[in-house]
Amino acid sequence: MSAVTKKKLKVATTSLAGCFGCHMSLLDIDERLFELAELIEFDRSPLTDIKQVGDCDIGLIEGGLCNAENVQVLREFRAHCRILVAVGACAINGGLPAQRNPIPLSVILDEVYLAEAGLGHGGIPNDPELPLPLDKVRPIHEVVKVDYFLPGCPPSGDAIWQFLNDLLAGREPRLDYAQLHYD
Amino acid sequence: MSKTFTLDGKPIPFEDGQTVIQAALAAGSYIPHLCHHPEFKPHGSCKLCTVKADGRQTASCTLPAAEGMVVESETEELNAERRALTQMLFVEGNHFCPSCEKSGDCQLQATAYHLNMMSPHYDHFFPNRPLDASHPDYLLDFNRCILCSLCVRASRDVDGKSVFALAGRGIKTHLIINAKSGKLADTDFSASDRAANVCPVGVILPKRRGFAVPIGERTFDKHPIADYADTRLAQPEK
Repeated sequence: MSAVTKKKLKVATTSLAGCFGCHMSLLDIDERLFELAELIEFDRSPLTDIKQVGDCDIGLIEGGLCNAENVQVLREFRAHCRILVAVGACAINGGLPAQRNPIPLSVILDEVYLAEAGLGHGGIPNDPELPLPLDKVRPIHEVVKVDYFLPGCPPSGDAIWQFLNDLLAGREPRLDYAQLHYD
Repeated sequence: MSKTFTLDGKPIPFEDGQTVIQAALAAGSYIPHLCHHPEFKPHGSCKLCTVKADGRQTASCTLPAAEGMVVESETEELNAERRALTQMLFVEGNHFCPSCEKSGDCQLQATAYHLNMMSPHYDHFFPNRPLDASHPDYLLDFNRCILCSLCVRASRDVDGKSVFALAGRGIKTHLIINAKSGKLADTDFSASDRAANVCPVGVILPKRRGFAVPIGERTFDKHPIADYADTRLAQPEK
């Protein structure tokens, strides 16, 4: 099979309860993005305009689960992606947003929407359009099966590049010591 | 003529009375460990130093070295078990490394790197133990405690103060402060205590001194934890 007819792998990405920092770190591979574009085609992603995730080879998930919509999107990604990757600390263990877990949700919402000085005190938003928050922030592996974990807050561009190259080549992803970090 | 045992095929000299991990570390051979510390009596709680000695698994911090003993440590099997133990420690506490002042200097984190831990694997406990910020110079975050008891041992055996203790049973076991109020401020704990500098994770932290070391220059940025087997023991005896 010639390189010209070689099918590009489809990759979808999303940010759940993330900060978009893992996506910024993906962009941090800089000019290697052109090389990546030769190998993959993006499906649903904050970088494309595709609204619904289609059948993909790889799904990259940034962020943990903090509300009902996150759970729905995660399940859609799991259903459509052959390989699902938890990218970054939040997807892996809830991350810093999970520091809200010891505090009851009602206390947090009251504090932000009712008690905090300087706000309009319009009350806690209750439009059905808005996804309900979960009582606790959760890592994604507690809801769906995750195939690979890429730690870091965020993982460095080099770590993401190494990881994607291994995955695209069909190798077991392997980070060296300098690329493996949780902070 | 000194006695020896072998560790992963390498001869390790020892003196009578030494444990396997003491002799191994003295010879510059790293065996993963968290609750073991050369200055203190063994505790045997973390189980990371488990080795296979003459075919049987046991903690190398409590196992006396014996002539001709055949010890295996760096094997796939043992490291997989160590990784699982480390993952258990991560999910039992709130180990949010991205905001922890001990990140890069933490032995739990460095051990996880050594074991190539990519995720905590298990479901999280998300404990909720209140911080103790009562002391003017020190802060305690009990949600990062791995119950190694090094602070307990240091405070009792070196400082002669017994500021810390472990209390409770099972998963409710936790670190407490020996004061009527339960607060660190109501003890004679001070920055010069051995117990103030012995915590391998981010529980006992000096106030107003966090994030002082640039990323890239922290302890385990420079070298993996295994490389410190020699240097740690090269320090003068206290």
